[in-house]
Amino acid sequence: MVSFILPPAPTTDVKTTYGQEDLIKRSASNISPPARQLTPVAKLIDVSKCIGCKACEVACLEWNDMRTPVGVNTGVYDNPHDLTPDMFTTMRFTEWVNPESKNLEWLIRKDGCMHCADPGCLKACPAPGAIVQYSNGIVDFDHDKCIGCGYCVKGCPFNIPRISQVDNKAYKCTLCSDRVAVGQGPACAKACPTQAIVFGTKDEMKKHAEGRIKDLQSRGFKNAGLYDPPGVGGTHVMYVLHHNDQPQIYANLPNNPRISPVVELWKGATKYAGLAAMAAFAAIGVIHHLVTGPNKVSEEEERKAEELAGKGKTS
Amino acid sequence: MTAYDVERGDGVHPGQPVKVDRYTAGARVNHWITATCLVLLALSGLALFHPSLFFLTGLFGGGQTTRWIHPWIGVVLFFSFAGLFVRFWRANLWASEDGTWMARLADVLGGREERLPEIGKYNAGQKVVFWSMSVLIVILIASGILIWDQYFAAYSTVETKRFAVLIHALGAVAIICVWIVHVYAAIWVRGTIGAMTRGQVTGGWAWRHHRKWLRELVGGGKKA
Ligand code: HEM
Ligand code: SF4
Repeated sequence: MVSFILPPAPTTDVKTTYGQEDLIKRSASNISPPARQLTPVAKLIDVSKCIGCKACEVACLEWNDMRTPVGVNTGVYDNPHDLTPDMFTTMRFTEWVNPESKNLEWLIRKDGCMHCADPGCLKACPAPGAIVQYSNGIVDFDHDKCIGCGYCVKGCPFNIPRISQVDNKAYKCTLCSDRVAVGQGPACAKACPTQAIVFGTKDEMKKHAEGRIKDLQSRGFKNAGLYDPPGVGGTHVMYVLHHNDQPQIYANLPNNPRISPVVELWKGATKYAGLAAMAAFAAIGVIHHLVTGPNKVSEEEERKAEELAGKGKTS
Repeated sequence: MTAYDVERGDGVHPGQPVKVDRYTAGARVNHWITATCLVLLALSGLALFHPSLFFLTGLFGGGQTTRWIHPWIGVVLFFSFAGLFVRFWRANLWASEDGTWMARLADVLGGREERLPEIGKYNAGQKVVFWSMSVLIVILIASGILIWDQYFAAYSTVETKRFAVLIHALGAVAIICVWIVHVYAAIWVRGTIGAMTRGQVTGGWAWRHHRKWLRELVGGGKKA
């Protein structure tokens, strides 16, 4: 049995295998490194195997106890049309004509949080602890601490987080961190009938991907490859793409995602320069006052004014 | 020459000392509403600006409240400042003596008023503060609305919002620095704060700092 087929869900004596003590990053906080390193995990989505059945969407709704309103058909298969605060994953369908083979290829990409090793959302978040990253690679939102500012949306290179209009908090895929903590895989992986979604350690998933890529290459997809973008330090959700040389054909999957330089500037130099500038202005004021003393009106000046006003006609 | 920088409500009361009306009650109320908004905006904004200042959210009853109340205070600030702008813009137009005043900044900072030209209702420093505030408030409300996701998320792209939040943060730092200069000047130049509390300054204060304005007032410029 291959390792990514997971054991049945435990029903008794459930113990979580990791928690707050395993955080490697915490938004708007400095934390000391955890005592132990968990094995990095990953979800692998083999786009070439996906049949677009949306069982994963249903499983996700089910596990996270969410309902999305019935949608509207606009002539495409996408349903829902976008991620929402109540829909952490959605299948994006693209009809693509391969210029070499002239074949129409139906590309179906399961969109959702990529769980970046260098998460832009976490970098942008101003609320201490509202976004955390565990040493197994999972990036999760702690809703009690979220203030709903939407900075995570600006930080994310994949346009994933969504802010709820109901409770003004940010939502996205958790990689089923609650399931993983008790030795289970994500609900979507469990539901996928073709094993297009598999879950395990990151190393296992890379190895599994290698086999898939070889297979695809032997079938003529010479650019088949693994999408694990280095610009964000690699991701804990990876894709096997039949056309890894052009990820953008998969409903605008970014070619070389990274945290936007504008966000880096905003969250980097601006903060230090800004605090320094404000402190400098205040300090210069204090020093100036100590050096020159108050700028006072003299008795003589009051008299000059009395003379002038006495001459004038204003009452 | 018309006394362009004598404003409605300005007037002189001879006596010992001479009293000079500088701000009407309306102008003062307008000023303090604006000032309160600016301070609250700075506090609520800085709370999100840097983690070390996140504790400031406590002043507003938590992070969620800070997040939603900040832009609304911004809207109040915008309209309140617009009121000040209408009142003060004319007297803040650049005048020939302002260049000389700027060139002698060392004397200004040294408190050697005798080496400065006679100045109208506002000196060049005050004018720079006025125009900086005007421009920065426009920048802050424009960028602020772009990142006001509760109501306006759908009207701009994420890429636009990234620039907007950067500009908003830079604009906020700039306006806070201008504010520090403004408040410091009011404290350093003794006798100034009364202008915004009671509406009056002494004749000596006007003689020392805004002699041209005082002369225009005495010479029968517009009166109360
Ligand atoms: C004039 C209208 C203004 C509007 C509509 C506005 C709106 C906003 C919004 C929507 C945010 C994002 C956080 C949130 O949702 O509350 C924000 C952040 C911020 N605002 Fe404003 N604001 C305005 C004026 C100001 C002013 C006058 C200041 C400074 C005194 C200021 C300082 C800040 C700061 C420092 C931040 C945090 C930026 C960061 O996280 O880097 N804002 N503002
Ligand atoms: S919306 Fe919530 S999670 Fe997102 S950046 Fe703001 S506080 Fe952090």
